[in-house]
Amino acid sequence: MNHFPEAWGRPRDDVYGAYNPSYLQTTGPKAHTSSPAVTGTSVLGVKFNGGVVLATDNLASYGSLARFTDVKRLRIFGSNAIVGFGGDVSDMQYIDRLLESIDIRENYSHNGNMLNAKNLHTYLSKVFYKRRSEFNPLWNHVLVAGYDAEGEPFLSSADLLGTTFSAPHLATGFGAHLAVPILRRLFPEEMPLEEVSKEAAIDALKQCLKVLYYRDARSMDKYSIAVITKEGIEIKEDEVIEGQSWAFAERVKGYGAQTK
Amino acid sequence: MTSIGTGYDLSNSVFSPDGRNFQVEYAVKAVENGGTAVGIRCKDGVVLAVEKIITSKLLKPGANKRIATVDRHVGIVSAGLVPDGRHFVSRARDEASSWRGVYKGPIPTSALANRLGGYVQAYTLYSSVRPFGTTAIVGGWDSEAELAVDGQVGTGPASGSGGKVEGAKGGGPGLYMIEPSGLYWGYYGAATGKGRQAAKAELEKLDLSSGNLSLADGVKEAARIIYVAHEDSKDKEFELEMSWISSVDGPTKGRHEEVPKELREEAEKAARRALEGEDEDEEEKMEE
Repeated sequence: MNHFPEAWGRPRDDVYGAYNPSYLQTTGPKAHTSSPAVTGTSVLGVKFNGGVVLATDNLASYGSLARFTDVKRLRIFGSNAIVGFGGDVSDMQYIDRLLESIDIRENYSHNGNMLNAKNLHTYLSKVFYKRRSEFNPLWNHVLVAGYDAEGEPFLSSADLLGTTFSAPHLATGFGAHLAVPILRRLFPEEMPLEEVSKEAAIDALKQCLKVLYYRDARSMDKYSIAVITKEGIEIKEDEVIEGQSWAFAERVKGYGAQTK
Repeated sequence: MTSIGTGYDLSNSVFSPDGRNFQVEYAVKAVENGGTAVGIRCKDGVVLAVEKIITSKLLKPGANKRIATVDRHVGIVSAGLVPDGRHFVSRARDEASSWRGVYKGPIPTSALANRLGGYVQAYTLYSSVRPFGTTAIVGGWDSEAELAVDGQVGTGPASGSGGKVEGAKGGGPGLYMIEPSGLYWGYYGAATGKGRQAAKAELEKLDLSSGNLSLADGVKEAARIIYVAHEDSKDKEFELEMSWISSVDGPTKGRHEEVPKELREEAEKAARRALEGEDEDEEEKMEE
């Protein structure tokens, strides 16, 4: 113990060697924005004849710890759009409050909130791009579902860099690798949207959620699913993946009990 | 006003020797010339109504609204100088939004009235400003159920500690009237503007303090009261503008909204019929 405050509570120099003072510096770039903390995994979305369906599981992970198991990652904007959030949960909460303030402001006018899903997606992608340009990104990958100005079903993604991508079926995170191939097989490119029924779209997402639960270690079997049609938004936030079969796990080799 | 011309009314925030603030009293005069506005606090909601005098035939019917929405659950109607009313609403919106910024939830109607009262009062204190030429009626519904915090994603533990009280009910309707002096009271029924005397007389007949009037009846009464209050300025045409805020399980789901056109027209028809009925009664009495 000596009279230098920077030495208090630290390992002794004579035992452990000099402390690396670079950890003490107060200047230099901010680093806490350069990685997410509590995260949600994949978001899945499929367009069908007359609407869009979106699904996420209800998990927020803290690293590899399944920290929060009742997290609602599908957020409804006004009465016209749904946003599905993957990535950092606190940034999702920030964006959720931002969207709420926009909805309140839009309702000052007597026409109510006129922003459609496409407007919302454009706005969100610009928020993401602005924040990444400030080196302070909002660590999310979102899907926006609803309708465009022509009243056609709309589904598009925006990520932490402000990149946008649109397709009849989309998935973020792990889902981009595991769910998209399944969705592409179920709804091939040449298949017109009119032939995709709501039920088929919902079933496809349930199937994808199951596969993701099998293979994505940051996922869980409780999920939320939201369907947007011209009649409105129908959201279920307490669903459970049904018909699981873990028989295949016995034959998985390379780790765990069977290392050879 | 014998004190006029003594110089005590020339600057804001100056008291006269008998303890009056003339600029504020003149602002009240500006309010007394404005179209009548009323608010009724019902058991399951609040109704706001205003008599909008048509100042020109070139104005589009139904445009230029006089009742404004603040946040989702509060409405404001004012009588007096329209631009002052607009600024007042703008301030109310800022207050509601800054409340959300701090507390992550909707501002209670009472807190909003308090902040607005403070704001209006500040405009009686300085010689560089003038008081508001408006009296505003603020109506709102504070959710009776426990609301989720803005941005909340989970529900927390289902049992054990968590600060949740089973079946706790709070909230309810709120109605406040803020005058140019910054004075505000909570009311069962509030009226301001040109026809306020007649409107107040009608409001008193409703026995609002017993808390029996339903929102649906409140809409009809509000329309009737505006029509009654308009009797003294019959030569001018007017539009009736009405809005309401119901409980969370009522027609507006706790939000401040315009009263639907059909409902408003029905209420107006009933109001006209009630007035005609009164006229006939009077004629009968005359004949007797």
